[in-house]
Amino acid sequence: MKGITAIIRPDKLEVVKEALQEIQCNGVTVTEVKGRGRQLGITESYRGRDYKVDLLPKTRLEIIVNDEDTEDVIDAIVKTAQTGDIGDGKIFISPVDDVVRIRTGERGQKAV
Amino acid sequence: MVDAILNSGDTAWMLTSTALVMLMTLPGVALFYGGLTKKENVLNTIFLSFMAFAITSIIWVIYGYPLAFGTDVMGIIGNPANILMNGIDPNVLAPLAPTIPLFVYVAFQMTFAAITVALISGAIVDRMKFSAWLAFVPIWITLVYLPISHWVWGGGWLAKLGVLDFAGGTVVHMNAGIAALALVLLIGKRKDIRLLPHNLGYSVIGAALLWFGWFGFNAGSALSAGGLASSAFLATNTATAAALISWVMMDVIKTGKPTLLGALSGAVAGLVAITPAAGFVTVGGAIVIGFVVSILCYFAISTIKTRFGYDDALDVFGIHAVGGAWGALATGIFAAPFINSLGTGALYGNPGQIGIQLIGIASVGIYTFVMTLLIGKVLDKTIGLRVDERTEIEGLDTHLHEESGYRI
Repeated sequence: MKGITAIIRPDKLEVVKEALQEIQCNGVTVTEVKGRGRQLGITESYRGRDYKVDLLPKTRLEIIVNDEDTEDVIDAIVKTAQTGDIGDGKIFISPVDDVVRIRTGERGQKAV
Repeated sequence: MVDAILNSGDTAWMLTSTALVMLMTLPGVALFYGGLTKKENVLNTIFLSFMAFAITSIIWVIYGYPLAFGTDVMGIIGNPANILMNGIDPNVLAPLAPTIPLFVYVAFQMTFAAITVALISGAIVDRMKFSAWLAFVPIWITLVYLPISHWVWGGGWLAKLGVLDFAGGTVVHMNAGIAALALVLLIGKRKDIRLLPHNLGYSVIGAALLWFGWFGFNAGSALSAGGLASSAFLATNTATAAALISWVMMDVIKTGKPTLLGALSGAVAGLVAITPAAGFVTVGGAIVIGFVVSILCYFAISTIKTRFGYDDALDVFGIHAVGGAWGALATGIFAAPFINSLGTGALYGNPGQIGIQLIGIASVGIYTFVMTLLIGKVLDKTIGLRVDERTEIEGLDTHLHEESGYRI
C-alpha cells in the first residue's frame, strides 16, 4: 500500500476530485495549507513598494491506495492539476505499513 | 452677511451633512485603516476610531465647542462660556451660520474634531497601547485641535490674517498628518513594517464611505444649502476623480501595474487636497489640484518615507499632511472670486494670498508638531506609548481586548 500526498493549486481541487472519482479512487482527505517552493512565493505591490508573499495558499490531498493503483492515481492528478506554470505543486509517494478501518476493525488491503 | 433668520432648507442640509461627516469616521476611517492592517490587529485598529469619536463627542459638548468657536480672546482661543451647553436655547441661531440653529453647528463641528484625531490613529497602529490612546485623544483635542480650529475658523489670529481653509485642509488634514508624524517619531518602528493589507475589501468600503461622507464635509462647510454648497460638491467630486486617475497612472509608471489600493489612496488624497479649496475654486482648478496631489503624495510615501525611515504605518503623514498642505497652498493659487467673494487667489490677481496660505501652513504645522511631541513625550514617561514586544508580535486584539476579528 502507498500513501499519496499531493500539494495542488486550490482552484484545481474540483477537477482533480472528479478525475480521481472516474478511476474509482473515492477516499481522499483534503486540507487547506500554506507553502512555498523554489521560487519563494510571489511579489505583491502596495503603495509603490514590493513585498514578497512567501507562503501561498495550497490544497493538500492525502490518498491511500493499493500498490497497483498508484500510477493511475498519480497520472490522474498530474493530468488535471497541471498548468505548466510555476506553482503547480508536488506529489509525494510513501509506503504505508498498515491500514485499519475503524468501523469494522478490518486490516490491510481490505481496509483501503 | 445673510439675515439671521432660521432657514429650514439650510438646517435640513446641515443636519444631513453632520450625519455624513460622522459616517466618514465610523465606519469610513475605521474600515479604511482596519483593512490595511494585520489581521491580528483589525479590531484594535477599528476600536481606535470608535474611541476617538466617543471621547471627542463628550469633550465637545462639555467645553470643546466654546473654546474653539466662542467669543475670541486675543486671537488665541474662544471664551469658555456655556459649559455643557448651559444657557443655550435650542432655537438660538449659530453666530457663524445665522440661518441654522447653533446646536446643528455645534454637532457639525464636533464631527470634524472627531475625524481629525481618528485620522492620526492610522500612523500608530500595530503597536500603541490602548490606554495611551485613550489619554492621548482628550489631551490632543484640548491642547492642539481646539486652539487651531479657533485660529482658522473661530475668528482667531489666522482667520484675521485672511487664511483660507474652506473645510479643513490645515485644521483637519495637515494637523492630523503632522501630529501623526510626531507620534511615530516617538513611538518608533514596528517589528514588521510591511504594508500587506489583510482585507482590502474593508478598505474599499471605508474609502468609498469617505468619498460619500466627504460631500457633507465639504459641501456642508458652505453652512447653507445653495449655490456655494453645490459648487463645493462638484469641485470635491472632480478633484477626487482626477487624483484617483493620477495615482493609478503613477502606479503604472513606477511599478508597471495599476493597483486598487492605489486608486483608493488617490481618491483619499484628492479629497484631502480639495478640502481647503472646495468652496473657492472652479472645476478646472479642482482638476489640477486633484491631479497634482497624487504625484506629491506618491513621492512622499515611496521616496521620503523610505529615505528617512519613519514608520508612518498607513501613511497618514504622506497623504493627509502632504495633501492638506498642497490643498491649502493651491487654494491661494486657484481661489476664484466669482465662486466665493471671500477668496481671491494668485491666478485672479492676488499673489499675496499664497504668502498668507504659507503662514497658515507653517503655523499649524509647527504648532501641532511641537505640541504633539510634548504630549507624546509626557504620555511615554507616564503610561508608556508602546505595547510590550510579545503583544506586538502576537497581536493586539487577543492581548489587549481578548477578542479576535476572525473565527476561521
